[in-house]
Amino acid sequence: MTGSTMVEALNLALHQAMDADDRVIVLGEDVAKTGGVFRVTQGLLDRFGKDRIIDTPLAEAGIVGSAIGMAIYGLLPVVEIQFDAFVYPGFEQIVVHAARYAWRTQGQVPASIVIRIPFGGGVRAPELHSDSPEALFCHVPGLKVVCPTTPRDARDMLLAAIEDPDPVVFMEPKRIYRAGRQEVPEELPFEFGNSNGEASALLSTARTAREGSDLAILTYGSTVPLSVEAADHLAADRGIETKVVDLRSLFPLDVDAIVSAAQECGRVLVVHEAPRSGGLGAEVSSLVHERAMLDLEAPVLRVTGFDVPFPQFANEDDYIPSVDRILQGAYRVLDF
Amino acid sequence: MGDLLRIIGNGKDVPDHPVPDGLGDKDLIELYRWLVLLRSFDERAVALQRQGRIGTYALYWGEEATQAGSLYALEETDWIFPSYRQNSIGILRGVPPSVILAWWRGYGGNTGFYDTRHFRTGPICVPIGTHIPHAVGTSWAAKLRGERTASLAWFGEGATSEGDFHEAMNFASVFKTATIFFCTNNQWAISTPVSQQMATKTVAEKALAYAMPAVRVDGFDPLACWKATKDAADRGRAGGGPTLIEAFCYRIGAHGTADDPRLYRDESEAEKWKSHEPLGSMASFLERLGVLDASGAEKIRHEAKQTIIDAVTEMETTPTPGLEVIFDNVYAKNPPWMFAEGLEELRSVGQRELVKPLNAPDTQTEEEGA
Repeated sequence: MTGSTMVEALNLALHQAMDADDRVIVLGEDVAKTGGVFRVTQGLLDRFGKDRIIDTPLAEAGIVGSAIGMAIYGLLPVVEIQFDAFVYPGFEQIVVHAARYAWRTQGQVPASIVIRIPFGGGVRAPELHSDSPEALFCHVPGLKVVCPTTPRDARDMLLAAIEDPDPVVFMEPKRIYRAGRQEVPEELPFEFGNSNGEASALLSTARTAREGSDLAILTYGSTVPLSVEAADHLAADRGIETKVVDLRSLFPLDVDAIVSAAQECGRVLVVHEAPRSGGLGAEVSSLVHERAMLDLEAPVLRVTGFDVPFPQFANEDDYIPSVDRILQGAYRVLDF
Repeated sequence: MGDLLRIIGNGKDVPDHPVPDGLGDKDLIELYRWLVLLRSFDERAVALQRQGRIGTYALYWGEEATQAGSLYALEETDWIFPSYRQNSIGILRGVPPSVILAWWRGYGGNTGFYDTRHFRTGPICVPIGTHIPHAVGTSWAAKLRGERTASLAWFGEGATSEGDFHEAMNFASVFKTATIFFCTNNQWAISTPVSQQMATKTVAEKALAYAMPAVRVDGFDPLACWKATKDAADRGRAGGGPTLIEAFCYRIGAHGTADDPRLYRDESEAEKWKSHEPLGSMASFLERLGVLDASGAEKIRHEAKQTIIDAVTEMETTPTPGLEVIFDNVYAKNPPWMFAEGLEELRSVGQRELVKPLNAPDTQTEEEGA
């Protein structure tokens, strides 16, 4: 098999960023010696030494808080949160400090940190290893929240996130970590530390994962490949061509991409794994209704996780939007 | 309190100890000037709040020694992280006092801001204890970069109940960072007495859990605060790791201008502690030493008062922040698209232009006719 998995692509990005700028430093639980529980940071210890990649005590507020202090000093810390729900002890540091430091200091001292969070279910893990907390961060002004779903995007967007002076919550759909491979060129997507808007674009624009003009599915994370699969079924079964938009940037949302997809297709389905109420789908649906109401042939519907704790894993396939549920949602929008 | 480091006596039954090495006469006078400047700021700020010229204010009357004493022991290159109780500490590093007053006036934008990196002084931290890990981070980064620089965070005894305090203490001791944990134990967290805050007899003993040295000082004694901080900073910068300093004192004033301590404590107790306040004892000490006489002290007080009066004028002539300030610098780079829409919404609705009350008589015609 050629190409890289998302894990390998992220690993490449970290190598490249640390190589390009010695202010880049990685810290987290079990990141150095073991290379992280998902091996995203493998090899960094040998290459960059223990002063650049640091195994920390098991304390997320301490990790994020220290990283903020390092950023105030002038370093560029990349923090790994081991699993999605483990970020909650660090939540206060992210919300009251990381998100506000630029504002508090009139842009002089942004908390230039990246918080990497492997998230979502589908890996048969125990409780609190499968959450999708991204909407919590999207509601916090001062943060940028992004989520790549391809290896190439993972590499390019992580480099962009590290370069960006603002704090970036970097959501990594762990179900996609090793699910597929893609060619990721060694060549950097932009001149690191000196990009001309390319890095900003990577952190603020959506990507078209599949072309089509009969229906738009707006989604992100682990439900992108599922939506593409559903779209292929729609094409085969009903001759319906579905545009699948991978949002990539969860805050800010790419309003132009969202509205133009709605205008082009007239029918919109929003899909995500996170619980429904107050989720990203509600925001996306509102944007479409506010700006493309007269282009719509049907109300925007949502296929999402349920408003329940992520179930014990014997039931996780019942919780995560399946291709069948996405198809059912699509038919409801199409047959309205 | 017998185990507290104390240098200044009371001129009666408690003897003076020798001035610590490293402090000359000029230093002592300068340190007194710092104490007075902090006091002038604090008293004026309370008055301004009472007059409605600034918002709710967190006073520190009586705690000046914990601030000026410890700061005087640091190098300019050392980082400091104040809580709101040390809100004006930046003025001792060159921040204009008007900027701090503007912050308490609710002014955002450039008016209520000082450059954290330039002054190596953290912004005023409101959420309890959450700035302590930042002091670990700056000293840790300095260590990784081979710079001999210490960081100090001030916090109260109430903050030692917070997880951030413990996580910061642990990180600092594991990575041997040059961090100084300066706890002002004033025995009150709003209405909660220290006895209900912790079961330990002292804050200092919490350092045992982190294999960290700790020292208890008289928090009303600026020279004791100086000495403990100086030792901690020197040791930290030399690679000896962090120190916890417990400056034991008493919150003589209220928690803030919105607080009424009579609701929860016997104010005669506060009255008893009042005689310990550091400005009077420092002035007497300097007089006993023959370093500063009454007229010299009076001159310093007068100058400080004038500095703050000028700052108030400056604060009050600062233009009210414009609408755009709320969107400014939320992001250092590439503000999101909805900010422009938000500003446009405010402008289009005529925000800040007077909206006529629903039942107000229509004066428009009369004016036009006149």
